Amino acid sequence: MTPTGSLLIATDLRKAYGPTTALDGAEFSIHPGEVVAVMGPSGSGKSTLLHCLAGIVPPDSGSIIYNGREMATMSDTERSALRRSEFGFVFQFGQLVPELTCVENVALPLRLNGTSRKEAEKTALGWMQRLEVDDLARKRPGEISGGQGQRVAVSRALVTSPRVLFADEPTGALDSLNGERVMELLTEAARSTNAAVVLVTHEARVAAYSDREIVVRDGKSRDMERVV
Amino acid sequence: MSSPVVRQWYRDLAMGVRFTFTGGREGWVRAVLTAVGVGLGVALLLLTTAIPSALDTRGARGEARMDVGTVSADEYPKPTDKSLVVADTDTEYQYREIRGRLLQPEGANAPLPPGLREFPAPGEMVVSPALAELLKSDEGKLLRDRLPYVTVGHIGEAGLIGSHELAYFAGAEGLAERIDGSVVARIEKFGPAVEDPEEPMEPVLVLLTLVVFVVLLMPVAVFIATAVRFGGERRDRRLAALRLVGSDSRMTRRIAAGEALAGAVLGLVFGTVFFLIGREIVGSVEVFDVSVFPSYLNPSPVLALLVALAVPAAAVAVTLFALRGVVIEPLGVVRTARPARRRLWWRLLLPLAGLALLYPMIGQGSENGDFNEYAVISGVVLLLFGITALLPWVVEAFVARLGSGAVSWQLAVRRLQLSSGSAARMVNGIAVAVAGAIALQMLFSGVSGRFTESTGLDTTRAQMELALPQGLSASGTGEKLKQAKGAKAVAAMSSATVAGTAKDPEDVAEIVIGDCAALREFAKIPSCRDGDVFLMGQPDDPATLKLSTPNHTVYFDPSYAGEEPGAEVAWKLPGEVTKVTERADTLRPFGEGLMATPGALPAKAKTDAYMYSTVFVRTDPSVPDALDEVRNAAVAIDPLIRTWEWATTRRVDQFTTIQTGLLVGAAAVFVLIGTSLLVSQLEQLRERKKLLSALVAFGTRRRTLGLSVLWQTAIPITLGLIIALTFGVALGAVLLKMTATPVAIDWPNVLAMTGIGAAVVLVVTALSMPPLIRLMRPEGLRTE
Amino acid sequence: MSIGHTLLGLLESGPRHGYDLKRAFDEKFGHDRPLHYGQVYSTMSRLLKNGLVEVDGIEAGGGPERKRYAITEAGITDVQRWLATPEKPEPYLQSTLYTKVVLALLTDRNAADILDSQRSEHLRMMRILTDRKRKGDLADQLICDHALFHLEADLRWLELTTARLGKLAEAVAK
Repeated sequence: MTPTGSLLIATDLRKAYGPTTALDGAEFSIHPGEVVAVMGPSGSGKSTLLHCLAGIVPPDSGSIIYNGREMATMSDTERSALRRSEFGFVFQFGQLVPELTCVENVALPLRLNGTSRKEAEKTALGWMQRLEVDDLARKRPGEISGGQGQRVAVSRALVTSPRVLFADEPTGALDSLNGERVMELLTEAARSTNAAVVLVTHEARVAAYSDREIVVRDGKSRDMERVV
Repeated sequence: MSSPVVRQWYRDLAMGVRFTFTGGREGWVRAVLTAVGVGLGVALLLLTTAIPSALDTRGARGEARMDVGTVSADEYPKPTDKSLVVADTDTEYQYREIRGRLLQPEGANAPLPPGLREFPAPGEMVVSPALAELLKSDEGKLLRDRLPYVTVGHIGEAGLIGSHELAYFAGAEGLAERIDGSVVARIEKFGPAVEDPEEPMEPVLVLLTLVVFVVLLMPVAVFIATAVRFGGERRDRRLAALRLVGSDSRMTRRIAAGEALAGAVLGLVFGTVFFLIGREIVGSVEVFDVSVFPSYLNPSPVLALLVALAVPAAAVAVTLFALRGVVIEPLGVVRTARPARRRLWWRLLLPLAGLALLYPMIGQGSENGDFNEYAVISGVVLLLFGITALLPWVVEAFVARLGSGAVSWQLAVRRLQLSSGSAARMVNGIAVAVAGAIALQMLFSGVSGRFTESTGLDTTRAQMELALPQGLSASGTGEKLKQAKGAKAVAAMSSATVAGTAKDPEDVAEIVIGDCAALREFAKIPSCRDGDVFLMGQPDDPATLKLSTPNHTVYFDPSYAGEEPGAEVAWKLPGEVTKVTERADTLRPFGEGLMATPGALPAKAKTDAYMYSTVFVRTDPSVPDALDEVRNAAVAIDPLIRTWEWATTRRVDQFTTIQTGLLVGAAAVFVLIGTSLLVSQLEQLRERKKLLSALVAFGTRRRTLGLSVLWQTAIPITLGLIIALTFGVALGAVLLKMTATPVAIDWPNVLAMTGIGAAVVLVVTALSMPPLIRLMRPEGLRTE
Repeated sequence: MSIGHTLLGLLESGPRHGYDLKRAFDEKFGHDRPLHYGQVYSTMSRLLKNGLVEVDGIEAGGGPERKRYAITEAGITDVQRWLATPEKPEPYLQSTLYTKVVLALLTDRNAADILDSQRSEHLRMMRILTDRKRKGDLADQLICDHALFHLEADLRWLELTTARLGKLAEAVAK
């Protein structure tokens, strides 16, 4: 781990949900422009690690420093604002608002930041073009395939040009071909904007799109560059 | 059961019923939710069906205890061993009515009033449980002074018309001498002298009752229809699984109907329990001065049976109807079949048909014609049902045109666009309730003129009026009352008639007797001394003109052939009879007639025995409970003094009862509708848990989501209320026309009803905020 | 699979005769293919020549099978290096990996580290292939995909083995 120059550093994270320990001293760091895969068996705590890193869930203890600022000292409102403007998210399920059209979905984070509808949708369309789903702009999520939906979700995650993109099993529901396409587009787009990508996956072929991987086991993380 | 089709239906429905009870926790929760909803509706239905019998029982009890007023004063002139003298001493305490009776049995076989086991001895009384409680409490302090009797027992249920009725029977002596037929009477049995033929209700009242029932029951029906759909989306997923294992589309629908049936039947059980509980509660409360005994509330068997059959049948029908637009695919997905654009024409047909049914009856109210009950009910039902048909179309058409705004707005509008149907369903109940309430409100305020009699009393001039029993001196009583705490000023007057001859007179005239101060309350009198006589007004009645000539001799209490001879007191009018004019704000409008000060009359004429005396009291606003203080003073003088508080209007009793029922019912309906709104709101939120968490994850402000939920409710509700307003006013206007009453919209009341509807929605939204905030917690993202 | 390293590893727990070595190898690793004696002796003589083992003693009676071998310091270092070096990711690697894991468990080395460094190596290979695939034509893509799928299978095996290390340790200790 090379904390100097890191954008996001977490040390000794602990988090329990009731009696279940999800994180037990996990460490993490990521540089701008880096794609880090978080791997591990299901239930190992990788999603919790992502939620903590993204400031969605506060850890029970440990520190998370984003861009030089300790997240624990931020209010919920500040963390929300951070998520809106600096972070992007792609999940496996349930992320597209079914009643909004695709372009409206993609434009949503911009609109939450106060961008006018017209401008937001223009930017959104640009990103959809990059992810090759611009032709679906006026359709609703219910009318498109899973792979297309995931690309729309990636466009939405990138539309604010986030500095960190959090992806939790982004290809979990997709077949190999679609999954790869989504990963290719996602990493390409992230690299082009120098965004860091935290990629939670249990699939090696998805993790192969990363620069580096860490493995989470029983709530402990293991940085694979330090092994041996 | 031999036909294969019937067997198939039976099998599928039974399977659905089984699913409800074996479907694990989720199945149970759904079933219980539905059952509670249906149960509330059923309980309300049962209560409603019990109201007629309750009113009948109440009426019968009231009739069985009738006493004073059933016989004339000379019906039983002599005491017998089975006669009883009863005095009506009804009074009012802190604006609550108290039924009071003094009893003096004259023989061993005197009839006992219902609810009494033996007569109270003089100085003792038997009281209703509610009165006993009031007397014991601090509130009853003043009342204890008014009823100076020892409580020796309680009146049984048979003697009361409500669980909270205030009543007492007190033993008395010396009543026989005071029998007058109106306050004190001798009777030999309780109950009406002759069986009254049932007095037919006035057609307008019938109309009102019908409309009240329909208007109250419609939202209940809508509510039941909503309740059987609780948890619908989760059920759809289960149905999809059924399709996967090979049940065909029609079987699946029937299985779903079976589930609804199970919920509805369970709801009937719940409803019965709720009803029994509700009955006890109803027995223990008093609403708007009306209380009933639980035992009164027995639903008529036919109506109860109808409820028991109609509710499950409706549950099945509603489910099948609701699934009409849903394609249940085997692969776990339930896709709402792209709904055909809602068509307007048949939706308009319903209210138009309703209008068409009501139209022929326009104007019949004035001719006292009968309203066809079936046409009224169908017409009103169709009109109100038209709302539930029109609302989805209006919501769809409206939201389709809505532009974009803030994110919260956009989220709400888009959601409404995608599922305008469920949004409309959510507000159907409240819209129908509001429309009905508005129509009724209009009808009530419109016709209330016909049922509210103006008393013509000017409450700024006096606040109380006391009628003295015959024989009690007006001036003496007036003096005593003037000393009473709470009395500021009194005016005592007596009235009598004078006749031209002592025997079998042809000419009679009215005369009012009082001191100068009292007379000045009725007429403008420039100068007055005791001994003066006046003629008020410009009489054109020849008798009055003749009898008011100065120095003319007239007679008090003349004798008539065939009757007991009168006192025949002769009175020669003084040499001067001053003409005066009546005050515009006179305490009692006589119009014309003689007025005399006591000094002008012969001593014998002042005995008051044949005069009707009244004392008017102006109360002291600075004294708390002034009215009750004066009443206490009056009772202390003579328990037979009757008191009234002056009011500007007086309503016909039946009318008051209907209006009371409406208020109570409307309150219950609004609570019911609010509950169903809340349940479906929470359900929708729970179903979107994951999405909400994802939205929060990428930084959506809670305020934005909260607002979007508010918009999501507010838009359809606003539309619903606008339609409700339109339909309510239209229906109200038609009903007013039917009763031939000029149509006037009582805006404050109309808006109040709309406001209550809106308030219900706001409260529901507010109540759904805490769960929404809980659902938005990031924990919702966890999938493992 | 390196028989030499395996035999060396077996010697770490103490000097053994040639036939002892064969028996121990067959028991732990030779389920489907027992070693020939000749293989054992030729391997041991190579190791002897390289100074990784030494003859600890010879039983009376002579004959090659009577030699007792012991591992030298150089031998221990060699085993250590071999275990720590991830195998070049290629198909049909399991038997080597399995041997390494068992040996590590036998010699009280950290087996999880071996597996983790191997998975890291696999991922590194997969990254290279993924990158090549991204830049290559369809033929490249298909060839790379073939390799990727096999590597992925290995990787899954690695993960599974990691998850079952505890049980394996118990089995080996018996």
